[in-house]
Amino acid sequence: MKRTFKLEDLDCANCAAKMEDAISKLPGVTKCSINFMAQKMILEADDDKFDAVLKDAVKCVSKVEPDCRIII
Amino acid sequence: MTKKQKKTIKRILVAALLLVVLKLLPLSEMLGSVFGEAEDGTPFVLRTIATIVLYLIPYLVVGYDVVINALKKIRTGDFLDEEFLMMIATIGAFAIGEYPEATAVMLFYQVGELFQSIAVGKSRKSIADMMDICPDTAIVLRDGSEEEVDPSEVSVGEIVVVKPGEKIPIDGLILDGTSSLNTAALTGESLPVEVTPGSPVYSGSINLTSAIKVTTTTEYENSTVARILELVENSTDKKSRSEKFITRFARFYTPIVVILAILISVFCAIFTDLGVSGSIYRGLIFLVVSCPCALVVSVPLSFFGGIGAASRRGILVKGSNYLEALSKIDTIVLDKTGTLTEGAFAVDAVHPNQIDADTLIDIAAVAESRSHHPVAESIVNAHGKHIDPSRLGDVEELPGRGIRAVIDGKEYYVGNGKLMDEVHADFHECHLPGTVVHVAMAVATGDSEAAGNSVAADDGATEGNKEKVSEYLGHIVINDVLKKDSPDAIADMRRAGISDIVMLTGDNEKVAAKVAGETGIDKYYAGLLPGDKVDKLESLLDGTRHVAFVGDGINDAPVLTRSDVGIAMGALGSAAAIEAADVVLMDDRLGKIPEAIRISRKTMRIVKENIAFSLFVKIAIMVLGALGFADMKLAVFGDVGVLVLAILNSIRAMRIPKSS
Repeated sequence: MKRTFKLEDLDCANCAAKMEDAISKLPGVTKCSINFMAQKMILEADDDKFDAVLKDAVKCVSKVEPDCRIII
Repeated sequence: MTKKQKKTIKRILVAALLLVVLKLLPLSEMLGSVFGEAEDGTPFVLRTIATIVLYLIPYLVVGYDVVINALKKIRTGDFLDEEFLMMIATIGAFAIGEYPEATAVMLFYQVGELFQSIAVGKSRKSIADMMDICPDTAIVLRDGSEEEVDPSEVSVGEIVVVKPGEKIPIDGLILDGTSSLNTAALTGESLPVEVTPGSPVYSGSINLTSAIKVTTTTEYENSTVARILELVENSTDKKSRSEKFITRFARFYTPIVVILAILISVFCAIFTDLGVSGSIYRGLIFLVVSCPCALVVSVPLSFFGGIGAASRRGILVKGSNYLEALSKIDTIVLDKTGTLTEGAFAVDAVHPNQIDADTLIDIAAVAESRSHHPVAESIVNAHGKHIDPSRLGDVEELPGRGIRAVIDGKEYYVGNGKLMDEVHADFHECHLPGTVVHVAMAVATGDSEAAGNSVAADDGATEGNKEKVSEYLGHIVINDVLKKDSPDAIADMRRAGISDIVMLTGDNEKVAAKVAGETGIDKYYAGLLPGDKVDKLESLLDGTRHVAFVGDGINDAPVLTRSDVGIAMGALGSAAAIEAADVVLMDDRLGKIPEAIRISRKTMRIVKENIAFSLFVKIAIMVLGALGFADMKLAVFGDVGVLVLAILNSIRAMRIPKSS
């Protein structure tokens, strides 16, 4: 499954790269790309694990940039 | 401006005011009178604490979030980033008694962050405005009444009503209504396009004059507007080498700088007479100036701006890497048909024999009026006037040769040289290249039935049928016409510094030479089969050149993929072209190619300027700081000043460069 999410208060490009890195390494994630300019994240993960993966992704994001939120 | 930015401004102003007040007040005397003179121990400590507390107020007002974030990240382990650097640098400055400087550093850091956030937001918005080509709703006719629905809920074949001033939500064909459309958002051209029932329309165009009804031919996800949006939004995923370099660079850079700062402090403390605080100060300068944000932000910002500028001109670049590749192009390989030429036939020359040109065209047009062959259509178009269908009697198609037609009771042969031979017309080939259509009138000699015989019927028997002679009336030369702007575009490519321009075509040598001559192309390869084109391109890709291939994306997908940069033109409405290419021109004007190259070169120049400038200033200040020639103010400039300048520079990439 592939879904696009909006990111709020994503303020630093370096952080976006770090988030992308961290989320891509999560188990169950096929592909993750974060577009700093469009403030969007495209997450591709196994269908049955998607919700769990998304939860982990949210954690990753707030770890790297505490102000930033994924809008679900 | 967002809420967060407004809040940051307030915090910066309050902190700046407090800092100025603290600086202006005769603090040491005031505190001295409260806590007693400095010379005896206890009041001195109290006085220091009081000063720290006073300066901590503006420091925390402006920088509490930086400190909190940095502390949070220390817990997670991955903490070496700019906020950490700032926290260490400012706390260090407090520790060695440089209170105003510590506060000022944090203040300037926040000013830089705010500026960056505003600049990025601005460019985001300008791209978003440009991408505001998609209407939120579509009005669908269902059971005779208008219904407003989400565009994605409209299915293929439904009828959508588009009122003047509104955007077309989904690709389709006009069912009813005549109007003009503004396609500027798609092609960058502001000239309105006239549409009538049956015309194809593309989502994202704005209906200008009157309401139209459109039968949809695709679903929303596959319509032009959705595909463009997806393409542009995903374009920054394909990162250029410069961007990758910067990201990798930042990962190693911060830890190295922290280690260097510590080494310098230790070195100074041991081997110089600077003392502990002086040594730490030198290390701190290092930390402040080291922040890589100027690079990390400005490089992708430049690429994003460049891609945005290009898409405003109807040039879609599928990724930063392709923008980078485009800037290096020195060889352009073009397909002929559909790229340099219109890809549609038109009458180029009329050479009548005995009769006048209009009569020749008239005969040929009437004879061909029932045919749908492109050559036939071009003759009918050249005729231009109404053709009375009753004039045309018996018509017979002669495969591979032409047609026999009876017009106004007379019999004519319209076709190639082979046909003329068969009917014994005294014809001659034309000196002009192109498709030549000969016209001959059958002359009845002897038996009138013989003249009426079809040529096809006595195919093999012409030898013995000497009396069948035709009178040669002349010929019409038909060519694929050159696009009006092709010669200019080629000249412009040369001006943009393209050294080699090569044309590939499946047509014969004569036609190729003509087109090459008219456009000013010096090198061409004619008579190529589609597979040969890939081979030719590969022979050009010798490792030293950077080759772009330009085609219409219809049957040249393998060549498009093989080249360094595949450029497809005339993509409006062609999904195949958008798929196959790296750079997509929404309209079919070759002139967009030199423009795209200029945009890409400008972007790359800005990227390089930013990298070189930021690194140079930072390294220079680091060296000066290590040697003791730079103070904290210079270090703050090295951080925030460089960031601001780099961002301002990268914003330039959004502007479209003027053609030289």
